[in-house]
Amino acid sequence: MLTGLLLCILLLGLLALAAVGLGRHPLAGRVVHGGCLAISLGFAGLALAGLGLGLPEAPLALPIGLPGAGAASLLALDGLSAWFLLLLGVTGACASLYALGAPAGPPRSLPPFPLFLAGMAICLAAADAFTLLLGFELMSLASWALVAADHAEAENRAAARRYLMFAALAGACLVPAFGLLAAGAGGLDFTALRAAPPEGWRAAAVLALALAGAGAKAGLVPLHAWLPLAHPAAPSHVSALMSGAMTKVALYVLARLLLDLCGPLQPAWWGVPLLAAGACSALFGALRANMEGDTKVLLACSTIENIGFITVALGLVLAFRGADLGPLAALAAGAALLHALNHGVFKTLLFLVAGAVAHGAGSRKLDRLGGLIHAMPVTALAALVGMAAAASLPPLSGFASEWLLLEALLAGWRVGDIGFQVVAAAATALVAMAAALAAAAMLRCFGLVFLGRIRSPRAAGAEEVPRLERLSLLLPAGLTVLLGLFPAAMLGLAAPAIAVLAGPAALPPARGLALTAGEGASTYLPLAVAGLLVASLVTVWFLVRRRSTGATLRGPVWNCGFIDPPPWLPFGDPLSQPGAAGMAQPLRRMLGGSLLGATETVLMRAPGDPRPGHYAAQAADPSEAGLLAPLARLRDSVAGRAERLRELTIRGCLGLSFGTLVGLLALLAWLEGG
Amino acid sequence: MSFGQLPYDVAHLFGGAMLLLSFMLLYQRRVTAVINGLAIQGAILACAAGWQGWVQGAPQLYLTALIALAAKAVLIPLALRVLIRRLAMDRTVDTAMGIGPSLIAGVALVALAILVVLPITAGVRAIAREDLALALSVVLLGMLMMITRRNAILQVVGLMSMENGLILAAVGVAGMPLVVELSTAALVMVVLVVAGVFVFQIRERFDSVDVSLLDPHRGEGR
Amino acid sequence: MLLLGAVVVQLLHVALMLAAAPLLVGVVRWLKARMQGRRGASPLQPWRDLEKLLRKRPVLAANASLVSEVAPYVAFAASLVAVACVPSFSRGMLLAPVGDLILLAGLLALARMALALVGMDVGTAFGGLGAAREMSFSVFAEPALLLCVLTFAILAGTTNLDLIAATFRDGGLGLRVSLALAAMAMLTVAVAENARIPVDNPATHLELTMVHEAMLLESSGRHLALWEYQAALKLTLWLALLAAIFVPFGAAPAGAGPLAWVLGLAAWLLKMGVLCLALAVFESAIAKMRVFRVPEFLGAALLLALLAAALLFVSTGLA
Repeated sequence: MLTGLLLCILLLGLLALAAVGLGRHPLAGRVVHGGCLAISLGFAGLALAGLGLGLPEAPLALPIGLPGAGAASLLALDGLSAWFLLLLGVTGACASLYALGAPAGPPRSLPPFPLFLAGMAICLAAADAFTLLLGFELMSLASWALVAADHAEAENRAAARRYLMFAALAGACLVPAFGLLAAGAGGLDFTALRAAPPEGWRAAAVLALALAGAGAKAGLVPLHAWLPLAHPAAPSHVSALMSGAMTKVALYVLARLLLDLCGPLQPAWWGVPLLAAGACSALFGALRANMEGDTKVLLACSTIENIGFITVALGLVLAFRGADLGPLAALAAGAALLHALNHGVFKTLLFLVAGAVAHGAGSRKLDRLGGLIHAMPVTALAALVGMAAAASLPPLSGFASEWLLLEALLAGWRVGDIGFQVVAAAATALVAMAAALAAAAMLRCFGLVFLGRIRSPRAAGAEEVPRLERLSLLLPAGLTVLLGLFPAAMLGLAAPAIAVLAGPAALPPARGLALTAGEGASTYLPLAVAGLLVASLVTVWFLVRRRSTGATLRGPVWNCGFIDPPPWLPFGDPLSQPGAAGMAQPLRRMLGGSLLGATETVLMRAPGDPRPGHYAAQAADPSEAGLLAPLARLRDSVAGRAERLRELTIRGCLGLSFGTLVGLLALLAWLEGG
Repeated sequence: MSFGQLPYDVAHLFGGAMLLLSFMLLYQRRVTAVINGLAIQGAILACAAGWQGWVQGAPQLYLTALIALAAKAVLIPLALRVLIRRLAMDRTVDTAMGIGPSLIAGVALVALAILVVLPITAGVRAIAREDLALALSVVLLGMLMMITRRNAILQVVGLMSMENGLILAAVGVAGMPLVVELSTAALVMVVLVVAGVFVFQIRERFDSVDVSLLDPHRGEGR
Repeated sequence: MLLLGAVVVQLLHVALMLAAAPLLVGVVRWLKARMQGRRGASPLQPWRDLEKLLRKRPVLAANASLVSEVAPYVAFAASLVAVACVPSFSRGMLLAPVGDLILLAGLLALARMALALVGMDVGTAFGGLGAAREMSFSVFAEPALLLCVLTFAILAGTTNLDLIAATFRDGGLGLRVSLALAAMAMLTVAVAENARIPVDNPATHLELTMVHEAMLLESSGRHLALWEYQAALKLTLWLALLAAIFVPFGAAPAGAGPLAWVLGLAAWLLKMGVLCLALAVFESAIAKMRVFRVPEFLGAALLLALLAAALLFVSTGLA
């Protein structure tokens, strides 16, 4: 099995080489994306086989590795890796399928795509720190190349720059985190690291570094600033993969570090930083998703929200495990894993929908779309399924994992400490608020893109996307429905992963086809709910239509007797239906002002002045002003001081190197002596 | 005594109701509604005192209840209403801090009160502990109201509400001598009179009861 | 035998809820009218309205999509499933294991989304405005509801409605400040969710003040009938929910016979009557608030629910 995995990764490397070789050949895109589709399906198949039939015991040693570190690179597949590999396979397959059908991008965007997949696969399958970091960095660089692929536009260049900066930050935090672990263990492979869990200040440092490193890559607040920029800059299938899989890989690294490698004996308060960061991410992401006017930025913000949910669940696992509450830890672990998979699938779907809309109707801006349900019915159906799942409506997939998460949060009071209880209650409120905000954001997105009247001439000429692209939308849509109906079966598959996170004795929080919590007192039966909904729908339909037999009539819109638009406005007056800023107005006034610094400017002309009035709404992410701007100033001042070094004399330069050398030697002597 | 026993439950409920009313005082935007809230709080305080008198078998607490009912629920609200009518002042609450933030601050204060009272009263009977936590919350909320409202009348209301919290704490502790109660009650009346005079004075001088107008005149008359 | 009883109780319950829902709306309207010195329409009037609307054909706007045709049925079905899970005159219904409070919130959200989609379907100013406001209110109502559920979950150890009702009935929990605070918060959320005064006015068609009705401006005929019926079901659901959690007394236990059912029905009707009267008094006594005051109103509910949970942490720490 591991050989098969290695083979897949090597094939991805060959595909990248082939993409370089094929260059501008017209079939290059087909070959690369077709190959990626096949290999992604291979990943999914391998992961399913591993989860269902049993995982390989011994790791596979590779003939590469750090010289002198004593060990070669290792590949292994335990429950956690296999679960995330399944996620990677599914999202990779959907994205590749879409890329096969969508219009080809620039040729330079082809080679990094297989490398991106390969990097994630290496990171997931790694069984030692070196290989994991290698895969992580490969993933970061390849995705950077994909973000920068369309570098003609200035904003894409800026996005790529910022993305690289955050990727570098993630690497700069994760390397010392693993270094601190390895320093205590004396080896880089995971078994050695697990055997020597960190203690004291070293454990706290690992926690902080892991949270900063993986958080920067996953998009946790306050390190989320790259996400809303990078996702729109990349091609749609790449942003789908980045949002659906890459952020989850970062969370995998977080879970691997904190829940697996740091050992099961860490205290319960370890959960609190994760809980706080996750809840804040969920709230900020969901609120920002309500303010944005670009479909892909909106979806990127919703990704921040869902990453927050998963982080909250991981924090709860840490807390429950620290308080010796095994079944609750399993509940929270189930919530984290299931939501990771569900979000991976429905967010992939939604990014692909955004790509299809941009393809079929020529824009990503909410204010230039509208009424597309008539021209693009299949895309609209897929979007409705994805957005209902993202809005966590029963019986779709988002609700199942949200139910588990809320049940885990509602059990947070069982950790005996009153401080933690209050934190958990506040997190419950924030998560519920974020879920409601997500529903509002998804409604706004679907309503503005697919419902209402057309807002621009280009949208009036919208066409349904070609068959292959439609298929690539319907595949994740179908998966979303299936995942919603059979979450218990998925949790059964995830049992090995739950055992890694919550301890070897943990059982998945499911019984038969139902999700359970609280020793089985609370249950969620998705199939029963879906069956009841369908049954009552059919019954109501039948009864109402028997009583009321007349066909539906069509007439002009009533709109409280508003007058019809003039003949030169065939789609009606565009100003008389709410736009993106208008739909956001209530939430902007209620929450946006205090949390996002949202402001509105209204320019009213004096009576008799024929010039149009003007309304503008702005929102500024506090992380820009609070974190990035001071950092930029710091960078400038450091650079200014560093400039002075160039004016040193030759003796000064030599003295500098000499001083560094002596200092390092002294450090070595101190470390060896101590 | 613990949950499920009537004496404890009812006392607890009265304390909770007073806390709830403190929040309503913070939430209300109209001055008359705030005064109504204060009156109801006074009435509940009287009930709480009476209940404690019955439970503890301490007849002097009935007197406390009577005083509370007469002063807190009837006289002081009436006096404040008269004051408002005489001054013909603005009926809306002028806040120095928004309603939402002050409510959030209120919840934080309650959490603080709980966190402070529980450890230092370890070993005391459960009823006294919780009552003390509730009473301290009421006191802190009253203080918060005095800080966050500009209107002098509302500051008086905050003071009264604070004092309600003190009495709630006092009646919950068995064996509090009557003289303490009486002296507190007398003190409150004096404070009310002083506050009334004060309000009239600033009204005459500045044609408003907004106390922030006093700031520029600090240190004058020395 | 037990299963048969559960099925019978479930069917009777659904029939009762369906029959009572429009009647409940009529009773509240009638009570309000009497309090305002009017004679008021008969409590049966909503039934007559539904009957009339069902006979009429719906007229859809020219650019309305399939959403407008399907959404009323979806919303009604979701509300029906939700209402079927809330116990009324008897406990131990067939759907009792399904009746989870988080699921209930999810089903209500489903109905709300369907309504908001209809509001946005035709692209009118009022529909979009109503949809945006409705979703914004739910942003504050939902966390308040969840924190109330937290209070119940701490006391009963579950989020299953039937088990919570059973615990509150037999558990000897006594009078709890937390429950009183949670009840206040739930009442506030119920007022907001049902678009009653002071959050929204169910009787108005003045455009700037309405939220719920604004989304239905383009609905007519059987679609409008379904929407009105759905709103009535939702009101019944919330009142029944409040009764089931906070006044769980009098309901027939699981597996009881018809006599206990009749007694339970009488108790339930009494509870609903009292709640209707309270609602009518409250709505007559209070004025509608500005839209941007609603977050304060619901935010206060949220904080009360948080306070309830915090006090409960204290007392569970004591006990």
